[in-house]
Amino acid sequence: MSEDVTSPLGSMVYDPAPESASVAHLRPSYGLFIDGEFTDPDSHTSFETVNPATEEPLARVAQASSEDVDRAVASARHAYEKVWSKTSGAERAKYLFRIARLIQERARELAVVETLDNGKAIRESRDIDIPLAAAHFFYYAGWADKLNYAGFGANPQPLGVAGQIIPWNFPLLMAAWKLAPALAAGNTCVLKPAETTPLTALVLAEILQQAELPPGVVNIVTGDGTVGAALVEHPDVNKIAFTGSTEVGRLIQQRVAGSHKHLTLELGGKGANIVFEDAPVDEMIEGIIDGIFFNQGHVCCAGSRLLVQETIADEVLRRLVRRVDQLRVGDPMDKNTDVGAINSAAQLARIEELTQYGESEGATRYTSSCVLPDKGYWFAPTIFADVSQSHRIAREEIFGPVLSVLTFRTPEEAVAKANNSNYGLACGVWSEKGSRTLWVAERLRAGVIWANTYNRFDPTSPFGGVRESGFGREGGRHGLEAYLDV
Amino acid sequence: MSDRLDVRKTYKLLVNGAFPRSESGRSYEVTSASGEFLANVAQGSRKDLRDAVVAARTAQSKWWGQSAYNRGQVIYRLAEMAESRRDELAEHVALAEGLKPKPAQQSVARAIDRMVWYAGWTDKIAQILGSSNPVAGPFFNFSVPVPSGVVAVLCVQDSSLEGFVDAVLAPICVGNAVVAVASELRPTPAVLLGEMTATADFPGGVLNIVTGFTGELAPVLAAHEDVDGIDLAGVDEPFGDELALLAAGSIKRVLRPSERTNPLRRLRAFVETSTVWHTIGQ
Repeated sequence: MSEDVTSPLGSMVYDPAPESASVAHLRPSYGLFIDGEFTDPDSHTSFETVNPATEEPLARVAQASSEDVDRAVASARHAYEKVWSKTSGAERAKYLFRIARLIQERARELAVVETLDNGKAIRESRDIDIPLAAAHFFYYAGWADKLNYAGFGANPQPLGVAGQIIPWNFPLLMAAWKLAPALAAGNTCVLKPAETTPLTALVLAEILQQAELPPGVVNIVTGDGTVGAALVEHPDVNKIAFTGSTEVGRLIQQRVAGSHKHLTLELGGKGANIVFEDAPVDEMIEGIIDGIFFNQGHVCCAGSRLLVQETIADEVLRRLVRRVDQLRVGDPMDKNTDVGAINSAAQLARIEELTQYGESEGATRYTSSCVLPDKGYWFAPTIFADVSQSHRIAREEIFGPVLSVLTFRTPEEAVAKANNSNYGLACGVWSEKGSRTLWVAERLRAGVIWANTYNRFDPTSPFGGVRESGFGREGGRHGLEAYLDV
Repeated sequence: MSDRLDVRKTYKLLVNGAFPRSESGRSYEVTSASGEFLANVAQGSRKDLRDAVVAARTAQSKWWGQSAYNRGQVIYRLAEMAESRRDELAEHVALAEGLKPKPAQQSVARAIDRMVWYAGWTDKIAQILGSSNPVAGPFFNFSVPVPSGVVAVLCVQDSSLEGFVDAVLAPICVGNAVVAVASELRPTPAVLLGEMTATADFPGGVLNIVTGFTGELAPVLAAHEDVDGIDLAGVDEPFGDELALLAAGSIKRVLRPSERTNPLRRLRAFVETSTVWHTIGQ
């Protein structure tokens, strides 16, 4: 472990390659998007959304009141009754195709807005978030006129008005995951973006206008948790779809219990990334790094628990520590940046608190030697070795760039440790032996299992958790079920 | 009107992404439904068909090698191209089928919506036709639909555009390459749409269109050893039976006109099922 971890790559100097913030075309303030129009920003109390990489304000955003939520739901109900439920699948499909195309056309602007508002590296928003968001609309567009073929019986019906509450880690992508299947199935929507990342949803509202989506089919209400709560409690909402923490998910399930509202929850995770001694080493190291440091670790399915076979544990740790030092941390707008800013001061405080427990409970800490910017919210990529299953950093979701490394000897032990969690969202298995990968996969209690890869997403592939990671699936044919009365 | 002479167009074949005249040098006269001269159209030959099959065979692996998402984007792009030239298409449909302008426009609109429909199928067909199979043993067993390969399509004679779109896009959207013989008497809307594939990112050879006499061309395709399937949409019973007999020579998949009403049947017609067994164990 004492081996010198500097590498020639670590000392390489890159010229800055900044993306231009002017592409964002942000307005100084945004109203709510209700009934196809933006409300007057001055008619609401408002809050500032800031760039987490600089702490500078980006725009003022309206704080929706419970009356605003009422109006949004009423608009969605009216659009459902009068327009959308009478719009044929083929016509709904064409609206969704339009939206997909408009996202593709405005991709650069959306990527810049996403990075400014969220803090994620522009490389990721440009190459992953935005293209995947477009792909989701494209994929579900194709389902809108094929619902009879989806395996839910003849002529499956929509649920009605869907209230959708999304997190801040993949703001536009989560909006796409929610809206595209809901609209394809024939529902109307009230979308509540996360408090700290409302901007791409508001650009999406402009896109919905450009697509001439009928007013009220999608309404977007911004604000803090009270807006989501009002939506959850609203008597005229038929369906709640929530992505976020298990803590809030539990609260929502309690609130809707007995209300006959349909519910799907996509919650937290503590993904086990299981590495066998015969794994393809180079790919595996990159996969572990990507599994935990992708999007600053702000990923519900992050591979935050590395379970490595004892025989190769020292070698894997040595290589990980060297690799983590080479990650380029800093300006998210720089095209060479690997790890961007932590999304908010509150999230940073949570990561700092849990990592302090990591040290005090006896794990060994390795932190990247990267230099962090003076302003903004930053956390250097960190690896904890010598972690045991009872440590808080092995049990609780940190939702940051922090990896906990544990070891195992046999496949049975790997499975037992991986399943020793209240969560069950995603796992990784690294091995050249396909039969063993499948043996392990059969026994893992997780909604998604990646073999020799990690953090792969595709609109055709169902995503979602088991146990306290939630229920319901997003993506694929299965994703339609969440929005059909079947 | 000015005394300017209009520039008239030669209607050519579509083979391997290029627009050749027939190698035979032949053409035939196509008239409108009311009997007026419409165009001289290339009269394809046995050699043209063979070239088209070679092109289709090469293109098919490339087409199937693209992601299903990508194939959907390409077919959707064709709908975009057709939408921007819908007046021209409607004019030809009206002339070819003897329709008044409004019904012709409606037919074109339906044809374009049909393209959008097929665009959506590319990445869903595997989710409808595929399965994981719970075999009684330590195996992960799954089945995926794969394209038959090169499909010959004898297009319907009456529906010059809608019928053409349905006949060619069903096999293409599931990953096949197609050699289509257009409607003999009403080929121009199909030729126009073929031209649009060139600006829709269709890899050359995925859709080949040969115009000419169905009676002459169909047996060549039905008997061709390197054609995997044939859609007999545009031929009548006695001739269809002869073609089915020829098709049997190389165990072709045959889609008969009576089977074509169910849209999913059209999609399944030129799809094979490929099943993988993988062991499970420590």
